[in-house]
Amino acid sequence: MNNKRITVKNMTDKEYFFGHKACAGCGGSLAVRLALKVFGDRTFAALPAGCMSAVGFIYPQMAFLNNAIISTFPGTGSMLSGMRAGLDALGIKDTHVVGFAGDGGTADIGLQALSGAIDREEKIIYICYDNEAYMNTGVQKSSLTPYGARTTTSPAGENLPGSVMHKKNLFEIVAAHDIAYAATASVGYPQDYLNKLSKAALVEGTSYIHIYATCPTGWGTPTETSVSLAKEAVDSGLWYLAEYENGEFTLNRRPKEFFPVKEHLLKQGRFKHLKDSDIRIIEEARDKKWKRMLEHWK
Amino acid sequence: MDKPELKNFTKPESIKDYPVGPSFSGGHLVSVNSGWRTFKPVVALDTCTGCYRCYLVCPDGVIVKTEAGKVAVDYDFCKGCGVCAHECPFDAIEMVKEDLQK
Amino acid sequence: MMHNHKNESVFVSGDEAVALGVRLSRPHVISAYPITPQTIVVERLSEMVEDGSLVARYIHVESEHSAMSAAMGASSVGARAFTATSSQGLLYMAEGLHYASGGRMPIVMMNANRSLALPWSIFGDHRDSMSMLDSGWIQVYVEDAQEALDMTIQAYRIAEDSSVLTPLMINLDGFILTHTYELVEVPPQEEVDSYLPPFSTPNKMSLEDPKSMGFSTSPADNMEFKYQQHKAMMDSREVIKQADKEYAEIFGRSYNGLIDCYQCDNAEYILVTAGSVTGTARVAVDSMRSKGIKAGVLRIRFMRPFPEQEVRNTLAGAASYGVLDKDISFGYEGTMFTNVNSALSGTAHIPRGINFIGGLGGRDISVQDIEEMFEALRLCPAHDYTEYRKNRIRFVNMGVSIHE
Ligand SMILES: Cc1ncc(C[n+]2csc(CCOP(=O)(O)OP(=O)(O)O)c2C)c(N)n1
Ligand code: SF4
Ligand code: SF4
Ligand code: SF4
Ligand SMILES: [Mg+2]
Repeated sequence: MNNKRITVKNMTDKEYFFGHKACAGCGGSLAVRLALKVFGDRTFAALPAGCMSAVGFIYPQMAFLNNAIISTFPGTGSMLSGMRAGLDALGIKDTHVVGFAGDGGTADIGLQALSGAIDREEKIIYICYDNEAYMNTGVQKSSLTPYGARTTTSPAGENLPGSVMHKKNLFEIVAAHDIAYAATASVGYPQDYLNKLSKAALVEGTSYIHIYATCPTGWGTPTETSVSLAKEAVDSGLWYLAEYENGEFTLNRRPKEFFPVKEHLLKQGRFKHLKDSDIRIIEEARDKKWKRMLEHWK
Repeated sequence: MDKPELKNFTKPESIKDYPVGPSFSGGHLVSVNSGWRTFKPVVALDTCTGCYRCYLVCPDGVIVKTEAGKVAVDYDFCKGCGVCAHECPFDAIEMVKEDLQK
Repeated sequence: MMHNHKNESVFVSGDEAVALGVRLSRPHVISAYPITPQTIVVERLSEMVEDGSLVARYIHVESEHSAMSAAMGASSVGARAFTATSSQGLLYMAEGLHYASGGRMPIVMMNANRSLALPWSIFGDHRDSMSMLDSGWIQVYVEDAQEALDMTIQAYRIAEDSSVLTPLMINLDGFILTHTYELVEVPPQEEVDSYLPPFSTPNKMSLEDPKSMGFSTSPADNMEFKYQQHKAMMDSREVIKQADKEYAEIFGRSYNGLIDCYQCDNAEYILVTAGSVTGTARVAVDSMRSKGIKAGVLRIRFMRPFPEQEVRNTLAGAASYGVLDKDISFGYEGTMFTNVNSALSGTAHIPRGINFIGGLGGRDISVQDIEEMFEALRLCPAHDYTEYRKNRIRFVNMGVSIHE
């Protein structure tokens, strides 16, 4: 584990998440791949039920080069705690204990276990790859599905615009534990993500990274735009890059001018049905959030 | 290239040869992903500047840095998503339709 | 009270006896969530960790689901893990129970047998553990605090055996065992160390040989893993007997393996029990015998693996048998009864059996109640078949008349 900034030039050539069966252009798999390249050989990973475990552990095809286990869907945080305690008790030093869970596995069913793990201040790293729905079970709505998104359980029709709820504010919920380090990231800003991964690797207590991860299959987007679309989400203000450390929030990126929300959303099948009035609701929610962040965050 | 190699795997004949519980060697690959592709990324080496943007953003980690400071693609595992071509700042990657006859 | 020196005898509750057994087994990780009547176990273990007499990580988890999940995390890296729960807590970790056994993680858990809501009741019966009978855990039911301590140590020996690698649940009757004080002999640490080797398993993550664990299978492979689980459980029967034998050689106490019989040789009427009620049943047997009635009691120690052969051999010669279940599978009968009947099926002479459902939600079962069971067993062979079938399932010690 070194201190220097990890970039594409100096990162290891070793691939730790390779030969997996994620859909072509899967943003979640990019998030996992880059994280493991930063954390390296001495990583013990737990992944709950969800796309990344489903595509990585299909006997006899095992895509993880490092130690990894599928956890129960609700139990990522607690399994990580057990792994950390076990490794410490056995005197196995210099290890990273890392979770990769989806939005559903984190914000919904796994929230209790995550909260417990953060509360115990264990040295674990929890990465939520947020593809904004329960993808592995066929694109159902989660509490991180944004307003207006069509999912199989939030259909859009005459009466409803898709999901009528906004995204749960998970980043701040995590921060409210006064966690040692928390950050948001996007697969559209990979260097920013690498920086945050490197920081998390050095943190003594618990760290959490919430990465926005495109899902061409569930979102109805072209596979090649998985990175550009995730960048656009940040540029349009619908997602944000931030950190929480020492009790303070920092915004890492403040777009001078937002990329047009409508143009961004209409590129995605899940938002194709949106009316201008829905887009206004989304913009208003964004503006309210940004006003607060700009006022209170560094 | 620093990634697991493809292994030959035959289903065990005896129960004794099964793993004890669902636990197996990591990085154990028995099948490729090349069949998923309809387009394949082809790198124009004369245009490629070796910026490694494509390497960074490939979700499957199948782009390799070459000794010449350029990149090559591991076609066994490339799924043809086109992210590399879309992200290359120098338009050095072209997505070419696979010859389905092959 | 909780500090043991060589061959010490201490006056402790069942819960405390388990805690002493856990300490002697040197677990690396303890993760547990409090629930009556298990709480004393985790309180004592916390104190032992605090005072340094137990070198282990104690994880304060936020639920029983997490208790099991953390225990599995610890086991997956090769650490010895312990947890304890009861009732609602056992049900809350149900997903983890199947997960741990499927993952072949030899975790040891104490379950304080307690009734299940609704209605709420903190008192004991076996409906919690019996409802988890199919979760792939070895299940032992102990009778007193000494057996609780001894079985905790043996539990790791059995569960971690390379041919077993299956988690084990030690069941203690809530309050009757967990909270009752008894004189218990505590074996010295060095002797326990010689009996229980350090945990080693092929089934763990390692830096030298990284593993992918808890993977998924297609229908082409899944059954093989399930077959292995079944075989390991069946093979554990010999391991259990061997563990008991070696324990007796070192510590001088034997529990006779899978079942424990009292006056069963030549007995005409045998009552099958599990757990603490067996003591009461023995008193009733003595009283029946003093009246010249050949009564006996067969205590089932292990519900899984089920002592099929032992049960068959013991009951086959009887005129009739009763099964006292502190459990009922609504719409059928008590779970032990079903299992005992299945063990007898196909034998040349199948005696008649009566299922006594008792003790639900902590209802008393007295010596007199059991004497009445033996009386019923005496009468039942003479009844005509229809009459017998009509009264095959009997609720013991109901507070009101159930004849509407
Ligand atoms: C206790 C439990 N409930 C439900 C499921 C079914 N399930 C498996 S994966 C999944 C969706 C996962 O969604 P998310 O966490 O967002 O990850 P993704 O699939 O999107 O990567 C669900 C609902 C389960 N495995 N376990
Ligand atoms: S459904 Fe979405 S998240 Fe799941 S593997 Fe496919 S692209 Fe990735
Ligand atoms: S992104 Fe383009 S220029 Fe950069 S390394 Fe890849 S192919 Fe070459
Ligand atoms: S097409 Fe997709 S999988 Fe293939 S090299 Fe490019 S980014 Fe990687
Ligand atoms: Mg998801």
